[in-house]
Amino acid sequence: MADSALPTAPVPQLAQSVRDRSGVRRRLRYYGEKLGGSLVSLFAVILTSFFLFRIIPGDPVRTMTHGRPVSIEQQEQLRREFGLDKPLAEQFWSYLTGVLRLDFGDSFQFNRPVTDLIGERLWPTVLLVGTSVVISAALGLWLGVRGAWNHGSLSDRVNTGVALTLWSVPSFWLGLILIVIFASGAGWFPTSGMESTAVEGWERIPDVAHHMVLPLVTLVAVVYAQYLMIMRSSLLDEMGSDYIVTARAKGLRDLIVRRRHAVPNALLPTVTLIFVNLGFVVFGAVLVETIFSWPGLGQLFYSGLSVPDLPLVQGLFILFSAAVILMNLLADLLYPILDPRVRP
Amino acid sequence: MNGLVWARRRRTAARFWSQFRQNKAGVFGLVVLALFVLTALLAPVLTPDNALSVTRPPGSPLDGPSADFPLGTDRSGRSMVDMIIWGSRVSLTVGFWATFISIAFGTLFGILAGHFGGWGSSLLMRVTDWFLVMPSLVLGVALAAVLGRSLTTIIVAIGVTSWPTTARLVRAQTLAVEARPYIERARALGGGHLHVMSNHVLPNVMPIVLAQTTLMVGSAILTESTFAFLGLGDPTTASWGATIQAARDVGAVSSRMWWYILPPGIAIVLVVLAFTLVGRAIEGVLNPKLRERL
Repeated sequence: MADSALPTAPVPQLAQSVRDRSGVRRRLRYYGEKLGGSLVSLFAVILTSFFLFRIIPGDPVRTMTHGRPVSIEQQEQLRREFGLDKPLAEQFWSYLTGVLRLDFGDSFQFNRPVTDLIGERLWPTVLLVGTSVVISAALGLWLGVRGAWNHGSLSDRVNTGVALTLWSVPSFWLGLILIVIFASGAGWFPTSGMESTAVEGWERIPDVAHHMVLPLVTLVAVVYAQYLMIMRSSLLDEMGSDYIVTARAKGLRDLIVRRRHAVPNALLPTVTLIFVNLGFVVFGAVLVETIFSWPGLGQLFYSGLSVPDLPLVQGLFILFSAAVILMNLLADLLYPILDPRVRP
Repeated sequence: MNGLVWARRRRTAARFWSQFRQNKAGVFGLVVLALFVLTALLAPVLTPDNALSVTRPPGSPLDGPSADFPLGTDRSGRSMVDMIIWGSRVSLTVGFWATFISIAFGTLFGILAGHFGGWGSSLLMRVTDWFLVMPSLVLGVALAAVLGRSLTTIIVAIGVTSWPTTARLVRAQTLAVEARPYIERARALGGGHLHVMSNHVLPNVMPIVLAQTTLMVGSAILTESTFAFLGLGDPTTASWGATIQAARDVGAVSSRMWWYILPPGIAIVLVVLAFTLVGRAIEGVLNPKLRERL
């Protein structure tokens, strides 16, 4: 209605809608490319996992039956059961169709579906490593902000030094030292496992927490430096910006400038890091879980590697890689929402 | 190359050193590194002939610290001090060679991908992505299983799994360098692909590669200790990681034989930290914006 009265009005509107449409198309294309790339990566991982573990020497059947008197016929029987006697192409086809149905076959050493085993071991790992990501990110970001805001101060230099030193520590060694001092030495914490056998009901929560302290400390100690360094340098970048000078010139309090103006912008680069590390959550900490006998995926993987338990290792390999791909994809999709400057 | 070029390079090196010297942590790292390199080179002189012998060890097994053996003995009766000295050889060797492989591949592929662009570059970047998402530990274990358990295997495994990071970094730098006008000038004067890549891009990418190198040696040494701890190395090699694994095997954790567990770990921390500090100091010199923050 109003358009007819104002002949010039439809023109900018039209231009606006054309720009909108091409913007939508560009955005769709961006998301499509990211999604397609992830699918290609995922397929490459599935392919790799099949061939990679075929080349590991060692006869799984012989390892499985190690130390037991088994006749040749029985060995052949086992081979047939696991499909190891079929041609490679046929094995690959059944593997591929299986993976698409989330069926990774039966584990050689546990004689149970790999999917069930993964389901059982998933939560302990997510609990341990997930908690460690949250704590190390919170600790690292907090120390990073403090360090950057007072950069060059004694506390900044001490914090950076401590973080870099801990980052240089092998996690398995730190775990062993913590066990020597606090578990087998002082006896404050259990040396291994996730819970005590006798504990039932709600009592289990403090019990698991008690078991989790040492592995958690190990994981956080070797990782938080990454967050600290990235947050620190990112905030230092922001501190030189004009808008910070403006905020200060307005007479805003130091705390407000830091919290409301500088930190939200400086947080952006750490988002990627957090997502990448979240992707490694399920991969967990093979070494830390092994040292503390934590019943998670990392320990399962370690035990699968030593046999070698092909279906188990294949399944876990795909799971680990898929988690990283998924988290990278999420970071790619989320980033333009958080930072309008890189919006497609 | 004429004298003028060399004079300019000498000046650049002198300026580099005078700026590096201002970073105390970097100098500390350099001193620690020099000590470790010296120890590794002089290992045969510093230790007795039978230092690593399992059949004719110098002492009795699992003794605590004494006047003869300041850090006690390992499970075969070898002096822990000698084990640490010989271990520095293994760690530095693995660190340098693994980094060399990783840097060589990373720089080559990074420059190629950055220079040529197009579908070849996309394909190359897909391959690096693919290496990045794969748990490097798994690839290492699979490689170790194929190639057998030896130091070479560990070197190859670390080198092969760590090059994508360098490749991405170098590609980004190549793209930045190639956008500069003097590259266009070189092309206009008839410079071919090889000329542009080797004479113009490479010298400008090298500083970043140098910083990346020192940081990578540290992480390669850390990974070596992990692989050795997992038992992927040659069991007869006196690596620090393998020593920690041996300590765990004989129950040093429950019987609290601190002299067996503590020294190899501290050695690893010192070397890795030294490389990290030197790497950060180099980064600071190359990137003045960063320098104010160190």
